[in-house]
Amino acid sequence: MTAAVFFGCAFIAFGPAFSLFIFTIAKDPLRVIILIAGAFFWLVSLLLSSLVWFIATKATNAQDLTLQKNLLIFGSIFSVILQEVFRFAYYRLLRKANEGLAAISEEDGPPLSVREMAYVAGLGFGIMSGAFSMINTLSDSLGPGTVGMFGDSQYYFITSALMTLALTMLHTFWGVVFFEGCERKRWWVIAVVLCVHLMVFSLSLLNPFYVASILPVYAIMLLMAVWAFFSSGGSLHNITLLWTCRKSNAETSS
Amino acid sequence: MLFVPVTLCMVVVVATIKSVSFYTEKNGQQLIYTPFTEDTDTVGERLLNSVLNTIIMISVIVVMTIFLVVLYKYRCYKFIHGWLILSSLMMLFWFSFMYLGEVFKTYNLAMDYPTVAMIIWNFGVVGMICIHWKGPLQLQQAYLIAISALMALVFIKYLPEWSAWVILGAISVYDLVAVLCPKGPLRMLVETAQERNEPIFPALIYSSAMIWMVGMANPARHAEPTNQDTGTFCLISAYNPLALTMLRGVKLGLGDFIFYSVLVGKAAATGGDWNTTLACFVAILIGLCLTLLLLAIFKKALPALPISITFGLVFYFSTDNLVRPFMDNLAAHQFYI
Repeated sequence: MTAAVFFGCAFIAFGPAFSLFIFTIAKDPLRVIILIAGAFFWLVSLLLSSLVWFIATKATNAQDLTLQKNLLIFGSIFSVILQEVFRFAYYRLLRKANEGLAAISEEDGPPLSVREMAYVAGLGFGIMSGAFSMINTLSDSLGPGTVGMFGDSQYYFITSALMTLALTMLHTFWGVVFFEGCERKRWWVIAVVLCVHLMVFSLSLLNPFYVASILPVYAIMLLMAVWAFFSSGGSLHNITLLWTCRKSNAETSS
Repeated sequence: MLFVPVTLCMVVVVATIKSVSFYTEKNGQQLIYTPFTEDTDTVGERLLNSVLNTIIMISVIVVMTIFLVVLYKYRCYKFIHGWLILSSLMMLFWFSFMYLGEVFKTYNLAMDYPTVAMIIWNFGVVGMICIHWKGPLQLQQAYLIAISALMALVFIKYLPEWSAWVILGAISVYDLVAVLCPKGPLRMLVETAQERNEPIFPALIYSSAMIWMVGMANPARHAEPTNQDTGTFCLISAYNPLALTMLRGVKLGLGDFIFYSVLVGKAAATGGDWNTTLACFVAILIGLCLTLLLLAIFKKALPALPISITFGLVFYFSTDNLVRPFMDNLAAHQFYI
C-alpha cells in the first residue's frame, strides 16, 4: 500500500495499452473516435448485464451467500456473452460507417481498413475492460490498509494488475480475430472467441489459487496473439523480414 | 480534435475535486440563484426545492441571454466588451487566487503574499491579453480551459446536490430550444452575426455571477492551413453550446466545457468511485462525437449539450447504482469478465 505498489501495478496493468495508444492511435482522430466508441460499446454491454444481475440479486435473498456468489457467476457469464454480442454489433456499425465514410471522402477507398478498425476496436474494449477492473483497486492501493488481513492473499494488487493486462491484450486480439472472422464469414471464429472468453473467465474463478489462473490465462493470451498475428496477415516471412531489417517488395497492410 | 481540450478540462476538474477538499465541502453557502435549501426534512420537499432552484437558475440564464442578444442586435458593442472584460478580470484574478490558496492549504505549502501577488498578477495579465487581444493559440486555449475548469469548480461547490443534476438536465433542454427554435435567442444571435458577416460570436458573454468567458482566436488563423491536430479550436460564447465548423476547425462554446466538467466533477465528488467518473467521461465524449457527426451532416449551428449531457446523466445514475455493486463484487472475488 505504497506509492511503489500504485505505480508498479498501474504500469503493469496499463503500460502496454497506453503505449499502444500513444504510438498507434493518438495521432489519428478517426482512430481515437473508434477507440472511444469501442469503449462505449463495452460499457453499454456491462451496463445491461449489471442490470440483469441487479434485478436477480434484488429478487432473491441477500443473506444467502452461496446463492449470491452463484448469481454473480451467472451475471458474469451473461456479461461475457453480451460483450461478444456487442462486439458483433460494433463490427456491423463500423462496416456501415466505413462505407459511408468511403462514399463522402475525397480519397479512393475507405479511410481505414477493416483490420485497422478491428485492432482499434479490440483495444477500445480492452482499455475499458481493464480500466473498470483496475481503477478502483489502484486508487485503494494509495491509501492506508493491510493487504490480506483476513487470510486473503498477499498478492492481491499485483495479481490484479497482471490479470488486467492479460484481459486488455486478450480483448485486442479477440477484436482482431473476431472482425477477420466476420469479414471472411467464418462464423465458427465467433463461437471460438466466445468460448475462449468464457474459459478465461472460468479460470479467473480459481483465484486466489493464482498459479492455476494466471499462468493458463497468459498461455491463452500468447496463443491468441499468435492467432491474431496470422489472422491479420502476418507470416513467418514477415517476421524474418523484420529481424533482418529488409524491406519487402509489396507493402502489406497490417 | 475537440477531445483533447474537453478531456484536459475534465481532467483538471476531476484532479482538483479528488485532491482539494475545499471544492467538495458544503458549508451551507449557496449562490443567490439557488436560494432554496436542500437541507429539508422530507424527500418530497427536497425535490421541490431543487426544481424551484432550477427554475430560478434557468430563468436567470434565459433573461441574460435575451439581454445579450438585444445588446448585440442594437450594436452596443462597448457594453458587451466592458461586461466581458469585467468577467474575465474576476475569473483570472479572484477565482484563480482562491484556487491557488486552496491548493496551498491542501498540500500545506508555506507561501508569502508578495510571491502570490506576483504569480497571480502575471497569470491574470497574460490571460487577459491572450483572451481579449492577441496571443499564441495554444496559450489562449490553455487559458480558456483553465477558466472553464475554474468556473466548473465554482458550480460544483456552490450548487446543492440535487439542484445540480436537475439544472444539468434543464439546461440541455434549454440549449436545444435556444439553438434550434426559429425564435430562440442563440439562433438569432448566430443569424445576426452571419448577416453582418462578422466573425462568429465576437466575444459574447453571459454574466450572472460574472462568469463565462469568451474569447476568440485570432481570425487570421482561420485562413491559414492549420495542422489537423491543432485545429482551429476557437472557443466562443460561454453559455452557448454551439458547435460550428469553419474550414478545418470546430468551435465549441465555453459553456459546453463548463457543463461537461460539472457533470464529470460531480460524478467524481459524490461516491468516490472512479468507474462512475470514467463512465461519464466516455459518455460525454461519445455525445460529443455524435454531435460533431450531426454537425457534419446538417452543417449549421447545433447545440452541443443535449446529447452529451443526456448520455452523461444516464450513465452516471446507472453506473452508480447498477454497475458499481457488480464491479465491486467482481473485484472482491477477483473475477475478470
